Amino acid sequence: MLLSLWVIVTVSFILMNAVPGGPFTSVKLTPLVEKQLERKYGLDKPKWQQYTTLLKNLLHFDLGLSIRERGRSVNDIIKYTFPTSAVLGIEALVFAVTIGLALGIIAALYRGQALDYIAIIIAVIGVSIPNFIVASILQYLLGYKLKLLPIARWESFRHTILPAFALGLGTLATMTRMMRSSMLEVLNQDYIRTAKAKGLNSAQIIWKHGVRNAILPIVTILGPLIAGITTGTLVIERMFGIPGLGKYFVESIYNRDYPMIMGTTVFYSALLLFMTFLVDIAYGLIDPRIRIARGKED
Amino acid sequence: MLNFYPEPQDFAPLTLDEKVSDAITRPPIGYWEDVWMRFRKNKLAVIGLSILAILAVMAIFGPIVSSWDYRTCDYGHINEFISSRHWFGTDYLGRDMFTRLWHGTRISVFIGITAALIDLVIGVVWGGIAGYFGGIVDDIMMRIVDILYGVPYLLVVILLLVVMEPGLASIIIAMSLTGWVGMARLVRGQILQLKEMEYVLAAKSVGAPPRRIIARHLIPNTMGVVLVSLTSSIPGAIFGEAFLSFIGLGVPMPQASLGTLANEGYQVLRIYPQNMIIPALVMSLLILSFNFVGDGLRDALDPRLRQ
Amino acid sequence: MEQNIANQEFAELAEQKLLSIEDLQVSFHTYAGEVHAVRGVTYSVEQGGSLAVVGESGCGKTVTVQAVMRLTPMPPGEIKGGKIAFNGKDILSLTEKQMQSVRGKEIGMIFQDPMTGLNPTMTVGNQIAEAVMKHQRVPKHEAMERAVEMLNLVEIPNPTVRASQYPHEFSGGMRQRAMIAIALACEPMLLIADEPTTSLDVTIQSQILELLQSLQDKMGMTIVLITHNLGVVARLARNIVVMYAGKVVESGSSSDIFYRPAHPYTRALLQSVPRLDAPSRKELASIPGTPPDLFEPPAGCAFAPRCKYSMKICLEHDSEPISVGDGHRVSCWLHHDANPNRLPVELYGGGGAHD
Repeated sequence: MLLSLWVIVTVSFILMNAVPGGPFTSVKLTPLVEKQLERKYGLDKPKWQQYTTLLKNLLHFDLGLSIRERGRSVNDIIKYTFPTSAVLGIEALVFAVTIGLALGIIAALYRGQALDYIAIIIAVIGVSIPNFIVASILQYLLGYKLKLLPIARWESFRHTILPAFALGLGTLATMTRMMRSSMLEVLNQDYIRTAKAKGLNSAQIIWKHGVRNAILPIVTILGPLIAGITTGTLVIERMFGIPGLGKYFVESIYNRDYPMIMGTTVFYSALLLFMTFLVDIAYGLIDPRIRIARGKED
Repeated sequence: MLNFYPEPQDFAPLTLDEKVSDAITRPPIGYWEDVWMRFRKNKLAVIGLSILAILAVMAIFGPIVSSWDYRTCDYGHINEFISSRHWFGTDYLGRDMFTRLWHGTRISVFIGITAALIDLVIGVVWGGIAGYFGGIVDDIMMRIVDILYGVPYLLVVILLLVVMEPGLASIIIAMSLTGWVGMARLVRGQILQLKEMEYVLAAKSVGAPPRRIIARHLIPNTMGVVLVSLTSSIPGAIFGEAFLSFIGLGVPMPQASLGTLANEGYQVLRIYPQNMIIPALVMSLLILSFNFVGDGLRDALDPRLRQ
Repeated sequence: MEQNIANQEFAELAEQKLLSIEDLQVSFHTYAGEVHAVRGVTYSVEQGGSLAVVGESGCGKTVTVQAVMRLTPMPPGEIKGGKIAFNGKDILSLTEKQMQSVRGKEIGMIFQDPMTGLNPTMTVGNQIAEAVMKHQRVPKHEAMERAVEMLNLVEIPNPTVRASQYPHEFSGGMRQRAMIAIALACEPMLLIADEPTTSLDVTIQSQILELLQSLQDKMGMTIVLITHNLGVVARLARNIVVMYAGKVVESGSSSDIFYRPAHPYTRALLQSVPRLDAPSRKELASIPGTPPDLFEPPAGCAFAPRCKYSMKICLEHDSEPISVGDGHRVSCWLHHDANPNRLPVELYGGGGAHD
C-alpha cells in the first residue's frame, strides 16, 4: 500500500516537472518578481532537491503551498473543503449500498419474474448512464422544469438530495447486480438444500444462510466502489456548485496549479489506499474462514 | 397397465444389430455454436447487439450522408433546433449537430476500443506469462500489478493528461497505461486455474510442447473470460473519456467526441436542451448495449448453466 | 373400476408402510427438452425397516427421494404424477408450511457431499440448534445443549469445543457426522441417506455405515439408503430396490437380490463387482453400452439394448412387475407367464458367479 503511494508521488512529481513552463507562464510578471516567487516556492532549487524536500514534507503531512490561492496552504484548502465532499460521498454511499443490496436480494428471490426484470433494468441503466448525465437530467427535469429540488449550493439537506442521488446511482446499480448474482450463486449451494431439509422457513433460509454468505464477495469490491464515488465527486461538485475538494481540484487542473494538483492527488490516493486497507481488514473479520486462520497463527 | 397379452413369438431373441445400443439421440454441438445458441436466447443481449449494429452503421455512414462537415460553421444558423437544413440542429458556433454527433461517436468508440484492446494485449501477455511460468516470475510480475492496482486509475489519467499535449493519442495512451492491470490479474488467475486442469496434464503426458499447450489449450479457454472482460472495459473506456471531457481534458477543439459534445451541450442545457440530450442519449445507448452484450456473453459462457 | 381398486390398495399400503411411493413421475424442463428422470417408480418401506435403493448415476434414485421431501427444484422440475404417502399423510398435497414441519422433524435427510453441505458462516452447533429450535420450540441454550448431545451421539470427540467451531475446521468424515447430527436432531421417524459415503475415504465410509447402523438400533429409525455401491448395501440393508433409467427393475429382500437376482441388470451389476479370488488374467466384467438418454424415453424396456437376453417384445413393451418369490418382484419379460422359455429364478442367479 505504501509502495503504491510512493509510486503516485514520484510519478506526479516527474510529470509536474516534465512540462515546460511553470505555473507562472500565463501570468505576466517581471523577471525580478518571478525570481522572487520562485525562491519562495522553492522552485529555483535543483530538481532532485525539490523531490527530497517534497518527500520530507509529505512525511510531515505537509502538502505545500498552493500557488494560486495566495498564501493558503494546500493543507488548509483540503482541511476546509474535504468535509463537505466527505458528507456528500457518505450520503451517496449509504444510499447506494442500502437500496442496492435490497434490490439485489429482491431480484434474486423473484428471479425470472417481473420484479427481477425491473431490478435488472434499473441496474443496467444505472451502470450505463454516466453520473454526470444523470446529474444533468435531474437538474434539468427536477430542478429547472419542475422546480422541485435545488440544483446548486450546499445549504440544507434538501440541497444534498440531487447530488447524492446522481453520485450514488452508479454504485447502487453495481451493488444490485453483484448482490443479485451473489445471492443466486449462494442459493444454488448445497447448504441451502440442507437448510431446507431441516424444515426451516423461507425467511430464515434467506437471511441466515443466504444473505450472510452472499454479502461476503460484495465487501471485497467496496474499495473500488469508494474510489469510484470519490472520482465522481469531481464532476458532481462542479455541476452542483458544491464547495468541496473535488471542485477545487478541477479548478486547479484548469489553472495548472501544480502544488495543488499534486497535493490533492496525493491526498486522494492516500485516502483511497487507506480505505481499501480498512475494507481488507473488515473482510478478514467477517469471513470466519479467514478469521479463524488468522487467529490460529497467533 | 398391460393392455395386451404377449404371444409366444414375441419372445424370440434379438440379434445384435437390432439392439441399437450406442445410438446417441442428441446431435453434437460445437463449443462456440453452443455459446451462440445460448446467447441468442437472451433477449436483452440480442437487443444490445442490434442497437450496437445500428449505431455502428450510423457512425460509419452518418457523416458521409450528411452534406455538412463537422467543423464548418454555418454562421447564419447558430443554436438552431432540429430542422430540414440541420437534421439535429446546430451548436453555439453553427456547426451541424448531426454530423458532429456521428463524428463524435466514431471518435468515442475508437478511443474506447483502442484503449481496451491495448489493455487487452498488455494484460493478456503480462498475465499469461506470469500465470504460465509461475514461481519467481509470477511473484515479481504480480507484485508490480498489485502496486499499480492500488493506484487510483482516473487520478493517474488526469495527471498524465495535464502534462501531455491535448489530443486523441494522448487520451488513448493515458487511459491504456494503467488500465491493463485488471486484465492481467484476470488472465493470470484463469491460467493458473487452467494449468491444473486435467486435460493440460493429459496433453503434457503425451509430450506436447509448451507452445502447443499454450496455443491449443490455455488460450482458447481464456478467450471466454477475456471477451467478457472486453465487453465491460470498452464501455468503461467510453465512460472514462466522457468523464475526462467533462472536466475539460477531452479531445481538443474542433474535434468532437461524445463527451465533449455532452459538455458543450451542458453549458446551454437550459436553453437548448437538445444539444446535450442527443449526445447523452447516444452515449448511454452505446454503454448500455455493450453492457447487455457483455452480460449475455457471460451468461452464455457460464458452464454451470449448461445442460 | 380398476382405478378404485388401485386407490384402495394404495390406502391399505399407506396404512402398513411408513413410506409408500406409487407410480411417481418426475420430469425436468431444460434448454434441450424434457428429461423424464423418474418414469413410474413404486416402492415402500415399513416402520423400522432399512431399504437400499441401488442404481447407477442418472437412474433417478436421488430425484425420487427429493420428491419425498418436496425438495425438487420446481422451476425446471415438475412432478407429473403419482402418489407419496408418509406416516398417513399425502405428501404431494401438503402445503409448503405443512411440509416444513415434516422436514427435519419427521423425515431427516443427509446428502452426498459433506464438504459443501454446511453453511460456512455459521458454527456447527448453531446449525444443529437451529433445527431443534424450529421444531421443538426450546430456548437457545437448551438447543445448544442438545446440539452437543447430538455431536456426542455421532461420535465426534470433544463435542463442546466442536460445537462452537466452523465447518471448515472439520474434516470430511466429521462433516458428514455433523450432517447426520443435524438430520437426527429432532429424532425423525425416517432417515433418508443419499449416497452418504460416496465422497469419503473407504475407511471413513465404513465408520459412517457402522454409525448409521448403531443409530438405527438405538433410535428405532427407518432408513432409506441411496447408493450405487453394492458393498455399502450388503451391510446395512434388509430390503433392496434396483433402479434403472427412471424405473424400478427389481425389488426384494437383500438375500433375494444377492443370491437370486432375477433381472439381467441386477445380475450384471453383481457380476461387475470384482472378486478377490478370480484369476488375475480375467477381464473385469462390465456392462457394454450406456444408459439411455432420458429425453425420449424408450417405449420398451430401457435395458434391452444392453441386455444379453433381450427379446422382440422387450423393445416394444415395458414389463410390469412380476412376482417371483415372497416379496421379490422383477420387471422383466423373461419371467412372464407367457414366455415359452421361462425359467425359474434360481438358474439365472448366483451372486457374483460368472458364466
